[in-house]
Amino acid sequence: MKQLLSKEPFALLLFSAVILTMPIWLAPLGANYPDLLQKFAIYAIFAMGFNILFGLTGYLSFGHAAFLGVGSYAAVWSFKLFTMNVLPAVLFGTAFAGGVALLIGFVCLRRSGIYFSILTLAFAQMFYNLAYSVMTPITNGETGLQLTLQDPRIIDRALAPAGQGLPSTELFGLSMSGYSGFYFCATMLIICFFISRRIFKSPFGLTLLGIKSNQTRMNYTGFNTRPYTLTAFVISGMFAGLAGSLLAVTDPLAGAERMQWTASGEVVLMTILGGVGTLIGPMLGAWIIKYFENIFSSFNDDALQQVYSFLPEGLRNMAVDLSSLFVGEGWHLTLGVLFMLIVIFLPGGLMEGWRRIVRRFRGGGGGEGESAPAATAQPAE
Amino acid sequence: MPILHLLLEHSVDNGALRNMDAIFLQFLNGLDKGGAYALIALGLTLVFGTLGVVNFAHGALFMLGAFCAVTFNKLLSLELVVLDETKTTAWGTALEVRTAYIENWFGDFGTTILDYSVPISIIVAIPVMLLIGIAMERGLIKYFYKRPHADQILVTFGMAIVIQEIIKHYFGANPIPQSAPDIVSGSANIGLWLGLGDNVVYPWWRLVYFAFSAFIIAAVFAFLQFTTYGMVVRAGMRDSETVGLLGINIEKRFTVVFGLAAVVAGLAGVMYTPILPPDYHMGMDFLVLSFVVVVVGGMGSLPGAVLAGFMLGILQSFASMNEITSLFPGIDQIIIYLVAVVILLTMPRGLLGREGVMEE
Repeated sequence: MKQLLSKEPFALLLFSAVILTMPIWLAPLGANYPDLLQKFAIYAIFAMGFNILFGLTGYLSFGHAAFLGVGSYAAVWSFKLFTMNVLPAVLFGTAFAGGVALLIGFVCLRRSGIYFSILTLAFAQMFYNLAYSVMTPITNGETGLQLTLQDPRIIDRALAPAGQGLPSTELFGLSMSGYSGFYFCATMLIICFFISRRIFKSPFGLTLLGIKSNQTRMNYTGFNTRPYTLTAFVISGMFAGLAGSLLAVTDPLAGAERMQWTASGEVVLMTILGGVGTLIGPMLGAWIIKYFENIFSSFNDDALQQVYSFLPEGLRNMAVDLSSLFVGEGWHLTLGVLFMLIVIFLPGGLMEGWRRIVRRFRGGGGGEGESAPAATAQPAE
Repeated sequence: MPILHLLLEHSVDNGALRNMDAIFLQFLNGLDKGGAYALIALGLTLVFGTLGVVNFAHGALFMLGAFCAVTFNKLLSLELVVLDETKTTAWGTALEVRTAYIENWFGDFGTTILDYSVPISIIVAIPVMLLIGIAMERGLIKYFYKRPHADQILVTFGMAIVIQEIIKHYFGANPIPQSAPDIVSGSANIGLWLGLGDNVVYPWWRLVYFAFSAFIIAAVFAFLQFTTYGMVVRAGMRDSETVGLLGINIEKRFTVVFGLAAVVAGLAGVMYTPILPPDYHMGMDFLVLSFVVVVVGGMGSLPGAVLAGFMLGILQSFASMNEITSLFPGIDQIIIYLVAVVILLTMPRGLLGREGVMEE
């Protein structure tokens, strides 16, 4: 099995099969509706791209949401100006985010470590401010950028007269809402998986890993590391831009809140939850977070009352009060707590936890049912 | 400050602004915001210099300070509701009379206390913030000294989210305005004092804030410079291992320094409440800018943090002048980041950064 997996065609085939059948095998979890599936695919791309930077080079960017936002804006502008076809929009979004990443990366990569994190955070905040207020003519500020009836849409108008109402996004006539939208995002995800798998196995990827483990030594061996890190940064920004433009494809509007620091923090969390530096870990992290976000934020006090209906009155109210902190509006609190727990107890993420469980079974040292302690085996010293 | 000069000359040459008063006013405007930046950046630098940890939860401490003031004010203004049978409302029912308990108990003195709730909450905030700071260091950050910087950033970031969301849960998402004491609620006619004409007036409280931040900064520097305790801490910042070998429990002192940084951030938050109504995300807003301040000032340099804090505050307030924003719309929102980029490209260590700090 393991040998088979390391063969490229087989790995790709398996991956594609898993992704494309998601509507089927997610049905028991109640997560097989298109909206959520699209999010799964899109945020998996986002986290995968982030992992190329953080997982391979060790540079912790706190401003990746900026690229997501830039990609969204570029895609919506492509819808507004040229055509409702999604291919140009995706291309624009990716390329534009790549350009912005080149600019930001050029400045930020002059420093490493904490400096780099702070700088990317500052840049993301600057882009948020730009989008939110300064560049209102381009970004439509607080309201967000939306399609309007008076958009030029040059190419579409040249081919056919404008119809009634707002058009929807399409791929050569195929509407991009619902399942077709998911399959488009899924195809993109498979392509991204292929690219990131190639990068992981390439000499380029190994160089990046070398930079992560000891940049000084890499410099001494004669490598000029800057172009390598910059390339990784730009690729990672382009992944984020692609994810952003896919968000616009599935729902053609773009708002500044996508660029806020909380969004940047979320992708970091996805990546470390799944497992930094692993190929599929970030994707798993993205799925888990989006799935639970969906479940947790739909809870309200009434739903909680039902959940705890087996408890006696007084106890039930206490339980509801306590858990209402974490669900609904308080979903971010759950996210924060999860963030801390993962960093403290399981810095390698779920993939690391999985490896520990496997090792335990192989080694035969631990018995069954030891999986939970295995996950917390490393104290925070 | 070459950029400042450039901005000034530009606006004066342009003829749009011939008014020295306006410039002076913007300068003052920058001082209180700069004071807040400087105080937060000072704490960040202290923690970074002693413990080597970048504390992403430092903004949350600033916010917690502000909510100390809010809580204190809420406690003070708990009201006793009595029905006054002698007076009636338009509906003929008895009139409700609400008086704060504290006024009931102490009369006029109670009213005064209520009026001065923001300055008085400093007394409450100091022990509270000290406790929170020490608990945070002992309970969480202590375990992260030997972990990679990325882990330190991530765990404090998670901490910041947790604190922020808890505050949001209990106090709601809306800003809660606080008022300054009546005596300083008006504006000071600074123009008259300095002979600049009548139209240079400035809110009293902002002057108070500037004076307060200057006092705190001076106190922190005096503590580090003139006390034996501070001397040991400074020695520890240079070389904690050697200080440890000399038989001094340097970790204990660093914990106290973390508590001190929390107090400084908290006090900055308490006193800032009349200027900016506190809400749950004010901490993060200030934190990002304070990070920029720290980077511009030079990582690990205390005077650099203070200098850059005031400089960027003043710069931001100049950039928000009408004359400038009409030339470059929205420049006030991004000027700080632009300056940070320029400084970093020309002086990678920041204004006063020392060699060998944070360099692999």
